[in-house]
Amino acid sequence: MTSLPSGTGKKLGLVIDLDTCVGCQACVTSCKEWNTSGHMAPLTDINPYGADPDGVWFNRVHTYEHSCESGGSTVHFPRSCLHCETPACVTVCPTGASYKRASDGIVLVDEDKCIGCQLCSWACPYGARELDPVVGVMKKCTLCIDRIYNDNLAPEDRVPACVAACPTGARHFGDLGDPDSPVSRLVSERGGVDLMPELGYRPVNKYLPPRPRAAGTAVAQARALEPATSAGGFLGWVDRMLSA
Amino acid sequence: MHPAFSIIFFTTATGAGYGLLAMLGIVAACGRLPPDRWLGLASLGLALALIVIGLLSSTLHLGRPERAWRALSQWRSSWLSREGIASLFTFLPTGLFGIGWILFERTDGIVAAGGVIMVAAAALTVVATGMIYASLKPIAQWNTGFTMPAYLIFAIMTGAVLLDAILKLLDWPDRVVEYGALIVIGLGWIWKRATWRHNDRLTSAATVNSATGLAGGQVRSVEWPHTEENYVLKEMGYRIARKHAARLRLLAQLFAFGLPLVATAIAAATGGGVAKIASVIAVLTQAPGILVERWLFFAEAKHTVTLYYGFETTGRT
Repeated sequence: MTSLPSGTGKKLGLVIDLDTCVGCQACVTSCKEWNTSGHMAPLTDINPYGADPDGVWFNRVHTYEHSCESGGSTVHFPRSCLHCETPACVTVCPTGASYKRASDGIVLVDEDKCIGCQLCSWACPYGARELDPVVGVMKKCTLCIDRIYNDNLAPEDRVPACVAACPTGARHFGDLGDPDSPVSRLVSERGGVDLMPELGYRPVNKYLPPRPRAAGTAVAQARALEPATSAGGFLGWVDRMLSA
Repeated sequence: MHPAFSIIFFTTATGAGYGLLAMLGIVAACGRLPPDRWLGLASLGLALALIVIGLLSSTLHLGRPERAWRALSQWRSSWLSREGIASLFTFLPTGLFGIGWILFERTDGIVAAGGVIMVAAAALTVVATGMIYASLKPIAQWNTGFTMPAYLIFAIMTGAVLLDAILKLLDWPDRVVEYGALIVIGLGWIWKRATWRHNDRLTSAATVNSATGLAGGQVRSVEWPHTEENYVLKEMGYRIARKHAARLRLLAQLFAFGLPLVATAIAAATGGGVAKIASVIAVLTQAPGILVERWLFFAEAKHTVTLYYGFETTGRT
């Protein structure tokens, strides 16, 4: 049923720290690697070794230059499904293939019901859904439901593949419906934000903006690798001879 | 948005078909529809052919067309599902109307009453089509009060021009249909110009700042996540050159509204062979015109996801 649940028990989601993300793309490849044989498998590639490779990915990392009064900075920005509380991708679905789980709030696609009309991809402002043109159905982030509830994995591995892969700890997974959960506390401490809140989709995933630059930080200029003026004495004489 | 031909053809063909059905029902309700079997066969046949070919064309757009029947299940939340149900329901009153008109040569009484239900069902189908687009918040150019009425106006406009030509060709010219066609062509022209005027001045609530959560200052895309175009860019990142858009808008106005208006007026002012030819010219010029109009409807619509790729989502194309 594509009507939304009145509320969800948990609100599982990600908190992404734009301050520490270094844009290494580890989360992107780890996601692809896990999910191409996971719940939504396969993540089909089209013409992967040709001139214009294309394919289904759940997670994409953009890079931006953010210039403001205090200066400029490079920001790496991972973009994936935000598992919204009011996701239009679910309500526009004509077949009931798209649904939001009442138990944990994860937005999923039932690939046996999807007709590939792509209206859900139009309804998503964040570009989270992609058509698999080979299978003919829509694919999207599952928040790794086949990892987070997987008893065959060690408890510390029961997190989404992107979170497990991140080398800088920029991705956090947890219950954002619980105000005392570590992720909720992180969001309140760091002033986490919703993306495009004006559209009213109420994303569960939050983004932590880059920390402001501390005022009065010492300007640490690197020491010159070699002296600019030639030394005196014997070495100076050698230097002058060789430079001539 | 990517202008897929299957969807452009689907919306214009079914629009004209449902518009023609609605015109027939309205004219019957006014007691002015000639109870002639051959007229019924020609006009209902054309309307149903446009609707059926259009609906079949829409399934070409699907990744799994064999599952299309599933789209009838989610009418509680989905306008696409409602459109599917309304389009199929319309065949019921249309069938009854056709039996009365073609088999019994009656267009009054209970047949006209069936025609009124047919008008309502056709209108509901077109409203659902329009609402599919009007309800999409990520596309500012569609998410306005102009979109749904535009689908209704263009459906009745193309239907009226078709009916005017059919009536003239089969020698049943009708003043009310002539004037009706002229009025809706004019209304369509005004509505389209007002829509363009509104959309060219749109300011989007969503910006690249709110899309990335980076408040204040300027956010410039310096690197995409992929070197080639992906699904998102192919489907929602379609961009049309501004000079082409301006020219196509002129062509759309000339063919969808200008020439049909003149041809229909000539057909109304004259009679006999000249009126027949003029009314057919109105149909033949409006068909490519409305296709260009619908192509632009998609090509000029900008999706918020393109903000992530450094595109502008408002202003003239």
